[in-house]
Amino acid sequence: MIKQPLYIRIGLALYLFMFFTYLIGPLILMSITAFNSASFPQITPWEVLTFEWFPKLFSDDRILRGLKYSLYVGFFTVILSVSMGLAGALMLTQIWPKLRSTYYTIIIAPILVPGVVIGISTLVFWAEINRILGFSADSYLQNGIFLSVLGQSTFIASYCMLVFVARLQRYDTGLTEAALDLGATHLQAFRRIQLPFLAPAMASSSVLAFLASFENYNTTIFTHQKFATLTIVLSQKVRYGIDPTISALAFIIVCLTVLGALIHEVRTRRVQLALANGAPVGAVTGGFKAPKFFAGNPAAVVLGLFVGAAVLIIGFAQVYDPAPAKQAYTDQKRAIQKKAIEAIQQKARDKVRERQMKGPKVFETKKGTGTGSPGKDSFGSVFKPNNLDEAAGTKKKKPVGVNPGKGAFGNIWKSDNLDKVAPKEKGN
Amino acid sequence: MSSGVAVDLQDMWIKFGDFVAVRDANVHINGGDFFSFLGGSGCGKTTILRAVSGFLEPADGKILIGGNDMKGKGPNERPTALIFQNLALFPLMKVWENITFSMEVRGASAGERRKRADELLDMIALSDQGDKLPSELSGGQKQRVAIARALCAEPDVLLLDEPLSALDLGLRHHMRTELREIQKRVGITFIYITHDQGEALTMSDNVAVMRTAVIDQIGSGKSVYDDPSTSFVASFVGMNNMFRGKVKSISKGQALVETNRTGNLLARITTGATGKLAVGDDAMVFIRPEGLHIAEKSAKSNTRIKANVRHSEFEGTSYNVFLEGDAGKEMKMSLVNRGEARLYEPGAELTLQFDATQAVVVPAGELASE
Ligand SMILES: Nc1ncnc2c1ncn2[C@@H]1O[C@H](COP(=O)(O)OP(=O)(O)O)[C@@H](O)[C@H]1O
Ligand SMILES: [Mg+2]
Repeated sequence: MIKQPLYIRIGLALYLFMFFTYLIGPLILMSITAFNSASFPQITPWEVLTFEWFPKLFSDDRILRGLKYSLYVGFFTVILSVSMGLAGALMLTQIWPKLRSTYYTIIIAPILVPGVVIGISTLVFWAEINRILGFSADSYLQNGIFLSVLGQSTFIASYCMLVFVARLQRYDTGLTEAALDLGATHLQAFRRIQLPFLAPAMASSSVLAFLASFENYNTTIFTHQKFATLTIVLSQKVRYGIDPTISALAFIIVCLTVLGALIHEVRTRRVQLALANGAPVGAVTGGFKAPKFFAGNPAAVVLGLFVGAAVLIIGFAQVYDPAPAKQAYTDQKRAIQKKAIEAIQQKARDKVRERQMKGPKVFETKKGTGTGSPGKDSFGSVFKPNNLDEAAGTKKKKPVGVNPGKGAFGNIWKSDNLDKVAPKEKGN
Repeated sequence: MSSGVAVDLQDMWIKFGDFVAVRDANVHINGGDFFSFLGGSGCGKTTILRAVSGFLEPADGKILIGGNDMKGKGPNERPTALIFQNLALFPLMKVWENITFSMEVRGASAGERRKRADELLDMIALSDQGDKLPSELSGGQKQRVAIARALCAEPDVLLLDEPLSALDLGLRHHMRTELREIQKRVGITFIYITHDQGEALTMSDNVAVMRTAVIDQIGSGKSVYDDPSTSFVASFVGMNNMFRGKVKSISKGQALVETNRTGNLLARITTGATGKLAVGDDAMVFIRPEGLHIAEKSAKSNTRIKANVRHSEFEGTSYNVFLEGDAGKEMKMSLVNRGEARLYEPGAELTLQFDATQAVVVPAGELASE
C-alpha cells in the first residue's frame, strides 16, 4: 500500500473522529446524563453520581406498560411481516417475468407512503370493516394492538421482502430442482432446501422488523388507541417534562444493542476461525470454555470485558449511596447562592452610599456601570451554571431579582407547571 | 446388459416461446447403454436432458421410459436421476445427508440412511468424509458425491449433464474410467451429455451428434467417426481435411467429385448420405489426416493430391505435416512414426495419396465452426 502524505492521514483521522462523534456522540452524552442526579438530563453542571434514575424507571408504570405493549406489537409484527415478506419475495421469483417489475413496484410502495397516511388509513379502514360487520366499537378489530400490528406490518413487510429478495437472488434454483429430481415433493424441497437457505434472511429480517416496530411512532400514534407503546409514552412524557429516567432507558437500550452486536460478532468470528482451521466450530474455539473461547477472537474478549463491566457497575450501584454527596452538593450550592445574594445586596448598599456621598450628576446614568442594566443581565445569566437547575424546577427557593428575564423561559420546564396541563391531555 | 430400462424420444419438439430449442428428435436408447449426446455449447443438450427428467414438457412428441409415456409426470415421479452441470449439492447438508436425501424424503429412518450412506461412500472411496460439508470437498470428491446421491435414489436412468467439465484435465481422464466402471457395475442406463468428443467416443456405447436443435447422427463412436452422415458430423468429430466440389459421377457406392482447387477426388458415399447425392450436386469430401500418405507410383490420379510442406511437428507416435495445396488449400497429414519416417523440410513438394474407402463424401452443408 502506498503511504499517504501526513496531512491526508490527519485529515482522514479528523474526518473519522467527526463522523463518529456525530454518529455516537449524542448516545454517549445521553447515557452519561442517566448517572447525574440533576433532574433534567444534563452533564454540566455535574451534580452527583447517582443510580436513582434506574429504579425510578422501573417503577414508572406508564413506561413499563408502554414497554410491554411495544413488545406485544413487536412480536406480532415480526411474525406477520416476516411471513408476508417471505411470501412476497417468493412470489416475485415465481411471477410471470413481464409482470415482475409492476408487481415489485406495487409491493414496495408502502415504504414510500408516509407512516402517518398508513396510520390514518389503517384506522379508517378497520373502523369501516368493523361497522360493516356490525361489531361493537370495542371489538377486536378496534383493538389498539391489533391495529398497530396491521398498520406497522403494512410497510415493515416490504422491508422484510427486500431482505428476502436479496437473499433469494443468490439462491440456485437448481437446488430445488435437484431435490425434486430425487423424489421430494415441492413442500419437502421448500422446507428442507430453500427454507434453511433463507434462515439467515429470516433472522435479519426479524431483527429489522422488530426494531422498526419498536421505534415506530408516526403510524402507531394513530392506531394505538388505549395501548400506548413505549415511543408514544416517551413522546407524551416529553410534553409533560423529561427527566433522566429517559436517559436511563436509553442507556439500557444502548447496552442491549451493543451486547447483541458483540454476541453476533463473537459467533461470526468463531465460525470464521473454524472455517480457517477446517474443523467443527466447537473443536476450534473450545465450546464456551475459557481460555480457548477467547483465543484469537478479539470480539469475545470485548464481550467478556463488557459483561464484566456491567456486573461491576451493577455491584457498585448496590453499595453506593449518593445521599452524603448530594447533601454536600446542596450545601455547597446554598453557600454559593448565599454569597451571590450577599454580593448583590452589598453592591446595592454601596451604590446607595455612593449616591449619597457624591450627589446626583447629569451623565451618571450614561456611564452605565452595568449593575443595573436589565439587557445585560437577561443574557448573561442564561449561561450561568445553576441556571438550568432552576429551569428544571428543582430549586424551590429562587434568589429574587437576580434575573427577572429568565423566569419566563424557565417556567416552561417547571414540573408543577406541567402537572396542571397533564390532566387535560390525559383524555386522548 | 439388456436388463436396463430403455428410453425413447419420439418426434420430440421443445420450444421456449417461439424459439425452437429441439427440433423433431427421434432417439432410441437401449436399456443399460452408456449413451452420449455430443454437441457444441447451446445446441440443446441440456434441454433434452431436462425434458427427460421432467423439468420441461415437450411441445410435441413423446418421451418413453421403459415403454411408459412420461407425459404429465413431474421430476419426482420419474425413474430418473439427474446430475446437474454444477452438481447442485445441498450446501447446508453434510455429505452423508446429501447422499441419502432421496431416502429422507421417502421417510427412511436416520439409521437406515446412515448405513446406506456408508455403503455408497465406500463405493466412491470417500469412506470417512461423510460428516463433512460439500464445501469442504475437492472438485473430484464433490463429483463423486453427486453420483452417489443420484445412485442412492436407485434410478432406472441416470442423466449426467457435462459432469466432468469443471474438472482439470488429469482428473477428467480418471473420472472417465471411473464413470464407465460405475455404469458397468450398476448396469443402469446412463445418458451422458458432453461437448467433448473424446469423452463421448471413449465412454459411450452409442453417441448422438447434435447440431443446433437437431440430431444429425446416432451410432457407435466408430460409425460416427468413420461414417459420418453429414458434413457437420464429419467436421465436428475429429480432425478432417475438407474439399468442396460437385459430384461428377457415381458408381458402386463411390462418387467422383470435381473439387475447386484439388482436381478430381474419389470417395466413398457414407451410409447416411446414400441416396442423397446425385450427379451435379454440391458435395464435400473429407479425408482424415491419418488417411493421407506419401504417394506410391501405382496411385490413381483421382486419389492423389499435390502439396507443398509448410511446417511439420514431431509428436512422438506420429508426425503432423501441415501442407499447402493448389491455390493455398490447407491440409494436414499424420504419419505414424515407424522409425524410418523423417521430418519434411518446409517447401518440400510432396505427392499424397489416399484410399478411396477412407475418404468420405456427403452432401455439402453446415460445418462445425470450431
Ligand atoms: N429457459 C429457457 N428459456 C429460453 N431459452 C432457453 C432456455 N433454456 C435454454 N434456452 C435456449 O435453448 C438453447 C439450448 O440450450 P441448452 O440446452 O442449455 O444448450 P446446451 O447444449 O449448451 O446444454 C440455447 O439457445 C438457450 O439459449
Ligand atoms: Mg448445457
